[in-house]
Amino acid sequence: MNGFLTNRILSDVLYGITNGVTIGLVALCLVLIWRSTHILNFAQGPMAMFVTYIGLTQMDHGLGFWPAALICVVVGFVFSGLTERLIVRPLYSKAEINPIVVMVGFFTVLEAVATAIWTNIPRYPVAPFSSINFQAGGNPTALSPLAVFQIVLAVGAMALVTVLFNYTKLGLQLRASALAPEVAKLLGVRVNRLLTLGWSIAGVVGAVAAVVVAINPSGMSPSMMDGIFILGFVAAAIGGLESPLGALVAGVSLGILMQFINDYWNSNYADLIAVLILIVVLMIRPQGLFTKNTARRV
Amino acid sequence: MIKVTNLNVSYGAVKALRDVSFEAPSGAITAVLGANGAGKTTLLRTISALVEPQSGQIFLDDRNLVGMRPEEIARVGVAHVPEGRGVIGEFTVDENLRLGAIAHKVNLAQGIAEQFELFPILKERRKQYAATLSGGERQMLAVARAMIAQPTVLLLDEPSLGLAPKVTFDIMTTIRQLCESRKLTVLLVEQNAKSALRIADFATVLHVGSAIASRPAAEVAADDSLREYYLGMPSS
Repeated sequence: MNGFLTNRILSDVLYGITNGVTIGLVALCLVLIWRSTHILNFAQGPMAMFVTYIGLTQMDHGLGFWPAALICVVVGFVFSGLTERLIVRPLYSKAEINPIVVMVGFFTVLEAVATAIWTNIPRYPVAPFSSINFQAGGNPTALSPLAVFQIVLAVGAMALVTVLFNYTKLGLQLRASALAPEVAKLLGVRVNRLLTLGWSIAGVVGAVAAVVVAINPSGMSPSMMDGIFILGFVAAAIGGLESPLGALVAGVSLGILMQFINDYWNSNYADLIAVLILIVVLMIRPQGLFTKNTARRV
Repeated sequence: MIKVTNLNVSYGAVKALRDVSFEAPSGAITAVLGANGAGKTTLLRTISALVEPQSGQIFLDDRNLVGMRPEEIARVGVAHVPEGRGVIGEFTVDENLRLGAIAHKVNLAQGIAEQFELFPILKERRKQYAATLSGGERQMLAVARAMIAQPTVLLLDEPSLGLAPKVTFDIMTTIRQLCESRKLTVLLVEQNAKSALRIADFATVLHVGSAIASRPAAEVAADDSLREYYLGMPSS
């Protein structure tokens, strides 16, 4: 294999990973909400977009990137928790179609309101990381400081969520509230608060994902999360909707695959193929590729 | 002590409990007996506030529990082992036990050690998922998880359900010991009247939502008409 080809493959893998971790973050956010309340949050993309606008537009008033990103995260936490408390909670006892309809409606409302406030002209918040690729031996590599930052952020968020859920007292209560709310209540766990907290944590992950998208060269716009949400949804479903690790692995795999399709075939086919993969996976393994096949609820 | 007065519970048009009154003293086991659908499980679920009563009072010592939320009732010392045991199958034995202690100010390490002493099999299984346990082991785990919170009241819903007689016997014996050593108020709901009356001090018999008898267990066991008509035990 000649040097040019291996270089091209390596570049595609690296670009794929960079896009893939963001897909994985969106998928992780869906998984967190699905695990805690068994709701598919179709409004997740616009929710994250909205809080990112609130935070990153502060940079117009002279605020630095880091404080602005921190605002995104804090607002994401509060906004997502409030959404659960005020909009989603009345839907738990209703038919499954109700939350879907409400969240799709919320999607539309948020995008419309964001367009009304901030217009749909893209903005370009500047992160303190260059999108110019690193050089190696005089040649550019497929990795920029911005890409490294995105990968570190995604893997870090993933690791924090895993540690929180699997190794802390809070995580034990979050998981118990999701798996067996009635039993958890009988043991003194304040389940309602924890469901809200579950949404808040997902809101933080969503805000991180949206900040990563907003600082891409393509910029920040009210519809910026739409495309990546579809890929995130596919990744979450392939990962089995229950598994945070599955979400990230599926997201990265999907990102790499999309990159190869863009590079070697036709970028117009990418989304179509993502959905085809989803259909095939759902036909062969409806529980997802990463869900353990152990006995379920007792 | 648990004191229930004039408790009424309805599910829509169906009356599940009608004017139920009885007392369960501390340091004693009070069996709640009756056929399927007599209201036994509803009674426990109402005490834990999983079901809201239409009227009536439930007192834990001097505190009225009606109007409190389930998690607050658990926090004032009422442990409820629900029907079907309620262990979380996706959690390990260890995680189930830790969850039991989570809302209470107790020494976790010491509590777990105590439960392992009481139920040595759980120590061997501590890393296993609860879904892989046998029925008897799950019941032991459910009781251990309740006891780790050091409750003053233990509500048990059909602990013998689906267990072999020998396993039922062992668990009932352990409950008796716990009741005496911890001065617990135990409310034991059972369809299996025979094994419940063997360890109970008092018994309340429910029949389609009404308490038709509340007496010392020995008297209930000796009452041929109660045994035959309400408890499905042939007269001796």
